[in-house]
Amino acid sequence: MSDNVKPSENTPVKGNSLMRDAIRRLGKNKLAVAGGIAIVFFILVALLAPWIAPYRYDAIDLPNQYLSPSWHHPFGTDSLGRDMFSRVIWGSRVSLAIGFVTAAVALAIGVTWGAVAGFAGGKLDQAMMRFADVLYGLPFMFFVILLMVIFGRSFYMLFIGIGAVSWMTLARITRGQIMSLKNNEYVEAARSLGASPFRIVFRHLLPNALGPIIVYVTLTIPGIMLDEAFLSFLGLGVQAPMTSWGLLASDGKNAITSYPWLILFPALTLSVVLFSLNFLGEGLRDALDPSSRNRS
Amino acid sequence: MENETVLRVSGLRTEFRTDDGILTAVNGVSFDIAAGETLGIVGESGSGKSATCLSVMGLVPSPPGRVVSGSAIFDGRDLLNLPPEELRQLRGKEITMIFQDPMTSLNPFLRISTQLTEHLVLHERIPKKEALERAVEMLRRVGIPEPEKKILRYPHELSGGMRQRVMIAMALLPRPRLVFADEPTTALDVSVQAQILELLRERKAEMGLSLVLVTHNLGVVAGLADRVIVMYAGMIAEDAPVSLLFARPLHPYTRGLLDSLPDPEKPRGNELAGIAGTPPVPIALPDACPFAPRCFRAADVCRAKTPQLETRHDGTRVACWFPLDGGAV
Amino acid sequence: MKPIMLEVTDLVKHFKSPGGLFRRAERVMALDGVTLSVPEGETLGVVGESGCGKSTLARAILRLHEPDSGRVTIHGTDWTALKRKELGRKRVEAQIVFQDPYASLDPRMTVESTLSEPLIIHRKRNGLRMNASRIGDRVAELLTTVGMSPAFAKRYPHEFSGGQRQRIGIARALALNPRLLLLDEPVSALDVSIQAQVLNLLARLQRDLGLTYVFISHDLAVVRHISDRVAVMYLGRVVELSPADPLYRKPLHPYTKALLSNHPVPDPVRERSEKRRRERILLPGELRPRRPEDRGCRFRERCHLQTELCGRVEPALEEKEPGRFSACHHWDNV
Repeated sequence: MSDNVKPSENTPVKGNSLMRDAIRRLGKNKLAVAGGIAIVFFILVALLAPWIAPYRYDAIDLPNQYLSPSWHHPFGTDSLGRDMFSRVIWGSRVSLAIGFVTAAVALAIGVTWGAVAGFAGGKLDQAMMRFADVLYGLPFMFFVILLMVIFGRSFYMLFIGIGAVSWMTLARITRGQIMSLKNNEYVEAARSLGASPFRIVFRHLLPNALGPIIVYVTLTIPGIMLDEAFLSFLGLGVQAPMTSWGLLASDGKNAITSYPWLILFPALTLSVVLFSLNFLGEGLRDALDPSSRNRS
Repeated sequence: MENETVLRVSGLRTEFRTDDGILTAVNGVSFDIAAGETLGIVGESGSGKSATCLSVMGLVPSPPGRVVSGSAIFDGRDLLNLPPEELRQLRGKEITMIFQDPMTSLNPFLRISTQLTEHLVLHERIPKKEALERAVEMLRRVGIPEPEKKILRYPHELSGGMRQRVMIAMALLPRPRLVFADEPTTALDVSVQAQILELLRERKAEMGLSLVLVTHNLGVVAGLADRVIVMYAGMIAEDAPVSLLFARPLHPYTRGLLDSLPDPEKPRGNELAGIAGTPPVPIALPDACPFAPRCFRAADVCRAKTPQLETRHDGTRVACWFPLDGGAV
Repeated sequence: MKPIMLEVTDLVKHFKSPGGLFRRAERVMALDGVTLSVPEGETLGVVGESGCGKSTLARAILRLHEPDSGRVTIHGTDWTALKRKELGRKRVEAQIVFQDPYASLDPRMTVESTLSEPLIIHRKRNGLRMNASRIGDRVAELLTTVGMSPAFAKRYPHEFSGGQRQRIGIARALALNPRLLLLDEPVSALDVSIQAQVLNLLARLQRDLGLTYVFISHDLAVVRHISDRVAVMYLGRVVELSPADPLYRKPLHPYTKALLSNHPVPDPVRERSEKRRRERILLPGELRPRRPEDRGCRFRERCHLQTELCGRVEPALEEKEPGRFSACHHWDNV
C-alpha cells in the first residue's frame, strides 16, 4: 500500500493565512468596521488638511469673532475670528500625529523591552520588569513636566515624553506573551535546527505575540491623545497659533456657556476618534483570538 | 436480567454549526444496549462516537450543537424529549458518565467529598453524613488507599490515576443502570490503564450495570466489550459481537483498522497495511459511502449511494455494498 | 560490527520544581544516569510511562535541555563538550521530530518557510551554498520525500490534518540531511489508520536514507514493530535494554514483564484468555519520584520479586545474557 497522499484530498483549496482569517472575521464586526472607516477618514482629513481646510488656521478676522455655526463657518469662529472648522481640521494633524507616532515610540520601546525580558527570563527579566514597575509608579504628569523643563518644550519632546511613560504596559504584555509562547514546541524545533535567539524572538515569538500587542496599541492611542489634550490644557503642549483638538477644547472651556460651539466641536471630534479606535481595537482582539480560530 | 433492553437509540442525528457549514456529527445512529452488556464504540477523529454519547446524555453544547432528530428510550421515556429537570434527575442517578480528562471534569475548587455527595444530597435527599459514608466506601472499592483522608482533598492534590478513580466512583456511587465512559483511560499510563479497566470489569460484574465504552483503542475494546460498534463519519459501519468483529470483520474499514495495528504477536518490521487518506470532516457529505474514497473495494455504487445498515440473521449489522464475506443478509 | 552513531553515558538531568508558600522546592531527577548506544542505521525504541524521563532524554541528548552531567557522543563527536557556536553547526547531524503535530509547526509560517528555515540558518555551511531557487527545489524535494505534493508549500499548518502536519515535521527534520533522528512519540497523537501511514513512511525513509532512529513511545506494540533494540526506562534510568523480539518474548526485568502484561492486545481471544489473566501483573501503588536519600532499586516498592537485597543495593544495568542488559538482581526469575 502506498503511503502517498493525493494532493486533492481533504485540504481546502484556498491558501488561507491566519491573518486573512482574522481580517475576514473582523469584517463581520460592524462596529469595528465602522471604527476603521472613521479612522481612515480622519487620517485622510489630516493628510489633506492644507487642501480641504477653507481657511488657514491662523487667519485672524477680528470683526467676525464669536460667530455661531453657519454655512460659511460650519463650526463657528473663535475669539480671534478664526474659522473653527479649519482649526479642527488642522488640529487633527497634530492630535493624530501625536497619537500614532507616540504609540509607535511606545511600541518600539515596550516590545523590545518586554521581548528581551521575557525571552531571557531569570534575573535579567526580574531587573528589567522591576525597572518598568518603578516607572509605572511615578506620577505621569510630574515626569513629563520634568522632561519638558530639562529638555525644553518642543513638538518632539511631546512624542518622547508621552511615549516614555506609555511603554510599560506594552512591555508587560509583550513579556507575558513571549513567556507563554517560548515553551511551544515549534520554538524547541527552531532551537534544534540551530536558530539563534535573535531569529527565535523575531521570526517565531513576536509574530505570534502580535495579536494582543496590536490590540493593546489601538487601545493605547486614545489614552495618548487624551494625555496630549491634558498637557495642552495645561499649556505644556502645542504652541499657538498651531493647535490640536486638546488645545481647542482647552481654549473653548472658558466660554462654555456663552459660546458652546468652541468646545463642542473639538470635543465631539475627539470623542468620535476615541470611540472608533476603541471599537477597532476590540474588534481586532476578537478577530485575532486563537480560541475562535477554525479547528482543522 | 439477560436480554432486557436498557437503552434503545433510534435515528439519532446531531448537527453542529461551524464556520465552514453544518457538521453532521451523528448521522442517523441506532443501537440497543441490553442489561449487563458492555458495548464498545470505536472510531477515529470525526467518527461521532463521543458526540453520540453526549447526545444521549443531553450534554451537547447548545449554541453550536443541536440534536436534530431521533429518540433514546430509557425506561419507557425518551431522553431526548424529557423536560430538563427530569433529565437532570435521571442523569447522575440512573445514567452516569465518565469523561476522558479528570482534570477538566472535576471542579478544581471543590473538595472531592463535595463533588461526590452533591448529587446524592441534592436529588436523592440523602442526609449528608450517610452520603459521605457511602462515598468513602465507594472510594475504597475503586482502590483509593485511605479514602477517609483522600476524600477531603482537592482534585489537583491527586495523581491522574487517582482522579480517574474518583470519576469512576462518582459515576458508580448512585448505583446507575447505565454508564457511559468516554475514553476513560486514554490519558493514563498503560499500567494505570490496566488497573482502571480491571476495576471497571469487577464493579460492572458486581453491580450488573450496562457500560458503553467509547474509545479509539482496539486493545481496550478487545479486553472489555461484549459487543462493538464501529463508527465512521457519524454513521455506524459495523455492529458485531467482539469476537466476530476481530476474527471476521465485515466492513472494509474495520479490516483496515485492524490491519493498521502493529501486533506484538506477529512478525516485526513488515509494512502495515493500513488505510490511505484521512477520515473526512462530515460537512456536506454527498449521498455516497463516506468510506469510499479510502476503500480498496469501492465500486461505482459506493460512490453514488449511501449504504444502509443491514441486519443479518445472527444479529450483526453492517453498512456496506460489498461486505467482506460476500454479503447475504 | 556497525559503527556506533549515538552513545549516551551516565546522562543526568534534574529539574528544580519551585517551592511555593506551602511546599518546599524539590529536585526532580528526570534523568538519573542513563546509558545506552545505537549502532548506525538501527532503531532504538525507548519505552516507559510518565515520569520515566524519556522525553527529557531526547531533549538532553540534543542539549535542548542542558544535561547536568554525563556524555553524549553523536557520530564520533562529543556533543556535551561542544561550545555554543560549534554546537549550532553540528546540529545538522541530529534532528528531532515532536509529538504534537498541532504545536510543533509555527502557525504563522507557511510550509515553505518552515522547511526553508533550516536551510537558511545553515546556508553558509561547508558547501551547502543555498540560494533562493536551490532552496525552493529542496523544499519541493522534501515534500515529495514525505509523500506530500510540492503544491502544498504555500499553505499554512492549520490547513492540514494531524497526519500531514506530522509529515511536514518529519520533512523539516530531514532538511539538513541528518544522520540521527530522535522521534518523541511521533505517532501518539494520530488516528490509528494515519499512524500506520506514518510508521510506514518512517521505515521507508530509514531504508532509503540510512538513518539512525531513537523512537520514543509509550505504545509497546508500535515500539516493537519499528525497533531493532528496545530500552525500557523507569524513573530516570534504563532498566532493561535488549533486542526487540527477545525482550517481548522473555523480558529480563519485572517492570518490563508487568508492562507487557498490561498492554492490551487487540485480539479478544488472546486478551481474555486464562493465560493472559493469570500473567497479568497489576502494579500496586503509584509512581513516586525518587528522592536523593532513597537507596536500593527504584522499582522495589512495586515489584513482586523484591527482596532485602533490592532495598540495599541499586542494581546496575549489566549484560546478563549476550546482547541483553538488565538492571535487576533477580533477572533470571522474571
